Amino acid sequence: MNLEIITPDKTIYKGEADVVQLPGIDGSFEILNNHAPLISALAKGKIKVGKGKSEDFYDINGGVIEVLDNKVLILAE
Amino acid sequence: MANLKEVRIRIASVQSTMQITSAMKMVAAAKLRKAQNAVTTMRPYAAKLQEIMQDLSSSLEDSNENVLTTARPSEKILLVVITSNRGLCGAFNMNVVKEAIKQVEGEFSPQLKKGHVDFYCVGKKGADILSAKGYSIKEVESAVFDNLNFENVSLLANNLMGQFSNGDYDKIVLFYNQFKNAAVQILQSEQFLPVVEPAPDETTKKEQRHVDYIFEPGKREIVTELIPKSLKIQFYKALLDSFAAEHGARMTAMHQATDNATELLKDLKLTYNKARQAAITNEILEIVSGAEALKG
Repeated sequence: MNLEIITPDKTIYKGEADVVQLPGIDGSFEILNNHAPLISALAKGKIKVGKGKSEDFYDINGGVIEVLDNKVLILAE
Repeated sequence: MANLKEVRIRIASVQSTMQITSAMKMVAAAKLRKAQNAVTTMRPYAAKLQEIMQDLSSSLEDSNENVLTTARPSEKILLVVITSNRGLCGAFNMNVVKEAIKQVEGEFSPQLKKGHVDFYCVGKKGADILSAKGYSIKEVESAVFDNLNFENVSLLANNLMGQFSNGDYDKIVLFYNQFKNAAVQILQSEQFLPVVEPAPDETTKKEQRHVDYIFEPGKREIVTELIPKSLKIQFYKALLDSFAAEHGARMTAMHQATDNATELLKDLKLTYNKARQAAITNEILEIVSGAEALKG
């Protein structure tokens, strides 16, 4: 799936990813390929982006996520 | 005819002024590029956030009891005047201040008489002009432009939101220059708080791309989360716009100053050369007449 993480200042991630783990305001959740359309608010925490065997972490201070047509867009702070 | 030495001194001083203005123009141009980049990088973010907000808010029109969205009778008003820290940028600062004063004297004059209108100045210049005109300024924020990023700006925005929800103010209005291009700034005054409903003209477009989203944890919770975020973005956008517009205005002003200096220099050089020629002619006349006198 296509993942994009943007903050007001810059784009911090753009590209393919296999799995994204996110800090939702009601607890952590994970998004895999072909997820149903979703809009959710995020709490302060870490985003884990998994691609193949590698994993990347990004700290965010809250945000919003939108999933649509296998495209994940995270508006982080 | 002006004396040669005087003209020479003036030429030197105009030349050095011109050097300063053209250097400032270059600096402003470089800074403008950076500021413009910042505006363009945050634009997709703002657009997406706006889209999501609209999706959500249209579906729960009815019971939105958030403090930030409820309008109260506007008793106490805060005007946020966004200007620059430095001058030499044409009418940039004056325009914003004038617009703010126009609104105060017009729309908010009953509140002004009761002393319920406060100014919050972002940028020193606006504060200078306003206090010279005898308005009371509550606070001046000038450090934010030294390092303009989202974190610093969201602190300010949080502060404003806090004062609104405390009931310190019933209405907060922003005044700033919107960046259009390097030569043109559009003066903006927009209501910051309470939140104004987004313009309904998007509804037709939205119908077409209607998607069944899952909302996690729930629409209302998301909206409550999103309202402060979108406010911060709105404030950030205003500041970035003003910052870019400031450099644009300065660049244009300095360009004009350089042009004027070139013009002035041309005139001065002409005067100088005329004076020099007149002096030479005079000298020759003296020599010739001296020689004539000797002959005779």
